[in-house]
Amino acid sequence: MTATDTHEHPDQRHAHPTDRQYVAVALVLAAITAGEVSVYYIKSLPHPLLIGLLCAMAFTKFTLVALWFMHLRFDSVIFRRLFVAGLALAAGVYLIFLTSLHVWE
Amino acid sequence: MASVTTAPAATGLPESHGDGAHATSTGLSNAKVAMWAFLGSECLLFGALISTYLLYRGRSLPGTPRPRDVYDIPYTSVSSFVLLMSSLTMVLALAAIQRDEHHRARTWLLTTALLGSVFVGGQAYEFTVFYREGLRLQTNLFGSSFFVLTGFHGAHVTIGVLMLLSLFGLSARGRLPKERAETVELVGLYWHFVDVVWIVIFTLIYLIPS
Repeated sequence: MTATDTHEHPDQRHAHPTDRQYVAVALVLAAITAGEVSVYYIKSLPHPLLIGLLCAMAFTKFTLVALWFMHLRFDSVIFRRLFVAGLALAAGVYLIFLTSLHVWE
Repeated sequence: MASVTTAPAATGLPESHGDGAHATSTGLSNAKVAMWAFLGSECLLFGALISTYLLYRGRSLPGTPRPRDVYDIPYTSVSSFVLLMSSLTMVLALAAIQRDEHHRARTWLLTTALLGSVFVGGQAYEFTVFYREGLRLQTNLFGSSFFVLTGFHGAHVTIGVLMLLSLFGLSARGRLPKERAETVELVGLYWHFVDVVWIVIFTLIYLIPS
C-alpha cells in the first residue's frame, strides 16, 4: 500500500489518508490523552504550568481530529474558513465575556 | 430555469471534494457547506455552555458538593478514550464506503454506534452517582452548569448514535451505495465535532482544577 490512496476525478486529484494513517493518528490521540491524565496527577506541577500543558494537549488533539478525521487538511479551504470563523467568533465573544466578569482573577 | 454551472478552475474557486456532490456554482457540495456552517454555529452554543460553567466555577454555596468531591477522573478518562476511538471507527466506515466495501462499512458504523452508546451509558451512570452524592440540577451553580453542559453534549451524542443506526439500516437494505458516501461523510463530520467538543470539555471541566 502506498503512503496515500488517490481517488481521481475528471478534473481533480485529492489524496486521502489510508486506514493505517487513520490508526496512527488515533494512536497519537490516545497517547496524548494518557499524557493529559498523567499530568493531572503530578501534584507538584505549578498551577499555571499545569493549565498550559493541559490546554496545549487539548489543542493538539482538537487540531488532529479536525485536520485528519474531519478532512480539513484535504478538503476545500472554504470549509476550513467556515469552521474557523465560528470557532474564532465563539472564542472571541466568550473570552471578552469572561474577562469582563473577572473570571481569571 | 437552468442552473449555471461553472468549472472551478474557471472561477478560481476551490474544487469539490467530489463523491456524490451535485454540480454547484462553487464546485462544492451544498450539503457539506451547510454542515460546516452548522458546526461553526454549534461552536457558539457549546462556547456559551462552557463559559457559563467557567463563570460559576468556585462560586457554589459552601457545604454543597464541589467538583473535586464528585469527579472520578479515571472513569471519565476511559469514557473520553471510548469517544476518541469512535472517531477512528467513524472515519474507517467512511473510507470503507468510499471503496465500495459495504460489509466492512456496516461493521465500522455499528462499532461507532456501540462506542457512542457506551459513552452515553457511562454518562448516565456518572449522573446517577452524582445524584446519589447529593449533586442535582438545582443543588448549586456547579450542579446546574455541569448537568446542562454535559447533558447537552450527551444529547448530541445520542442524536449521533441514532443517525449512525439509520445509516446502518440504509446500508443493510442496499440504499447506501458508494455514490451516496457523502451522507456518511456528513454524519461523520457531526460525529467528529461531538468528539472535539468533548476534548475541550474533558480538559476545561474535568482536568483543570478550580
